[in-house]
Amino acid sequence: MSGDGGRPVVLELRDVSRIFRMSRGPFRRDTITAVDHVSLRVRQSDVLGIVGESGSGKTTLSKMMLGLLAPTSGDVLLDGKPLSDFSRRVLARRIQFVFQDPYSSLNPRRSIGSIIAQPLYIHGIGTRMEREKRARELLDVVGLPARVFDNAPGQLSGGQRQRVVIARALALNPKILVCDEPTSALDVSVQAQILNLLLDLRTEFDLTYVMVSHNLNVIEHMTTEVAVMYLGRIVELAEAGSIFREAAHPYTKILLRSAMTIAPGGGIPDVHFDRNDPAYKRPATPPLSLL
Amino acid sequence: MRAQTETIAGERQTRHLPRWMRHTGLTAGAVILVIIVLMGVFAPLLAPQDPYEQNLLARIVPPVWYEGGSWEHPLGTDHLGRDYLARLLYGARVSVFIGVTVAFVSGIIGTVLGVTAGYFGGKTDVVISFLITARLALPVILVALAIVALFGSSLTVVVSVLGLLLWDRFALVMRATTQQIRDADFVMAAKVQGASTLQIIVQEILPNVATNLTVVATLEIAQAIVLEAALSFLGLGVPPPLPSWGLMLAEGKSFILFDPWLITIPGVLLFGLVLAINLVGDGLRDVTAPDSRN
Repeated sequence: MSGDGGRPVVLELRDVSRIFRMSRGPFRRDTITAVDHVSLRVRQSDVLGIVGESGSGKTTLSKMMLGLLAPTSGDVLLDGKPLSDFSRRVLARRIQFVFQDPYSSLNPRRSIGSIIAQPLYIHGIGTRMEREKRARELLDVVGLPARVFDNAPGQLSGGQRQRVVIARALALNPKILVCDEPTSALDVSVQAQILNLLLDLRTEFDLTYVMVSHNLNVIEHMTTEVAVMYLGRIVELAEAGSIFREAAHPYTKILLRSAMTIAPGGGIPDVHFDRNDPAYKRPATPPLSLL
Repeated sequence: MRAQTETIAGERQTRHLPRWMRHTGLTAGAVILVIIVLMGVFAPLLAPQDPYEQNLLARIVPPVWYEGGSWEHPLGTDHLGRDYLARLLYGARVSVFIGVTVAFVSGIIGTVLGVTAGYFGGKTDVVISFLITARLALPVILVALAIVALFGSSLTVVVSVLGLLLWDRFALVMRATTQQIRDADFVMAAKVQGASTLQIIVQEILPNVATNLTVVATLEIAQAIVLEAALSFLGLGVPPPLPSWGLMLAEGKSFILFDPWLITIPGVLLFGLVLAINLVGDGLRDVTAPDSRN
């Protein structure tokens, strides 16, 4: 893409596929291709948005970026080296994850302070006192009051919990944050706060984001580039501005039209989406010029 | 800031305390349990006489409230003239010791197996589930009888046999609860942070299954005590002259028609102890139910 050739590629997917085997009864085996020959490049300081409907393979893709799932074929490269070359601990210092559901991603039996300090503990960084000090700093970085340090996760609101999740993800100073629908479980009023926090942190720590979402408003607000996924493939990949102005793929157009707005009289969008229409079947990979 | 944190913590405590006290079953069970445990612990101080000292001239003296009873032996004497109260107090020691030790041993075995099966799933789960099924197919009393017949009866043998046999409920419950939380996001979060499997199990899984573990442990303590009584009644539990409530029942059974108190007193105590433990177990389960957490 134009203008970003100077920045190094930090995360690259090369022709990555992931096939799940499903067992249906003792003799029947089905396979589901969750991610189908996807290639992507993420440059330093990029915010790559991945949109698509439920089941389009977004979460599988983000799990493969984190090394939680191995691709069936293809390579995931971090700084030009395959992910399998990294141990789980080394990987953890480079790439971290922000979860969709801030309720289940915090261990209900631990205090906020120990949750944030946990990555440091796992990696054996600092003494107990130093880790506590760092956890308090991180609380401040994500805009939480110091008094929540000894609270249990159950005593915090959804937005506060998501701030804790972000603080934990930042504890090891990662370069890349993969955010899986970071605001979809939150109140509308809190969503903007969390997104702005993520944007502020990006400039403060020079972070690179991969942001998975099906909320187009979030994508438009946050990202520099957008990849549209449909049935496990990337059907369109473009800079954020252009995709909202001139969507090329028919599925992207549908996606844009089906977004709800709060404009008066807007009503529920009426989208005619015939899945049997040849245009939506087994999408082709995007033109190579986009990569 | 600090003061505010303290009030939050304080509020949490006052909210929990009445709930604990309000649970009648839990409170009643805990009181009975504490009394029996104190009886066992302070047996040497409380016992009026040596529980092993025989006096054939004072055999089967009835308790003080029957005709012919005296304060010298408040609960009478058994068929060898040993003081019944002293034997009951020392018997509480044996029962509680066996219950707790057996639950501890089987708890460790069951938790290791259950958490392993639940966390790893797949083939590991198949193998461990088979072990659990095989164990459930073994009749405990029969196996215990066979082993005691082979090795002779002693406290150690009884504790090890029961400990090695009673882990099935631990394993089943731990497996199920581990399966429930193994896929929780906070477990995945620990993985993303680079935690080792052992770290995940110890720091993420175990704290979340601890309450279930406590509940199962109390129920297993009760079961171990009843089984010890049954084995002792059959003459294959703790060897005489060690006083155990089950053994006292066995020794008293020939006098059931003429001196029924020889059976009823240890019987009632055994019933009370097992009831108390079960009340505590049920109460703990109610009080630590998920809705009262967080």
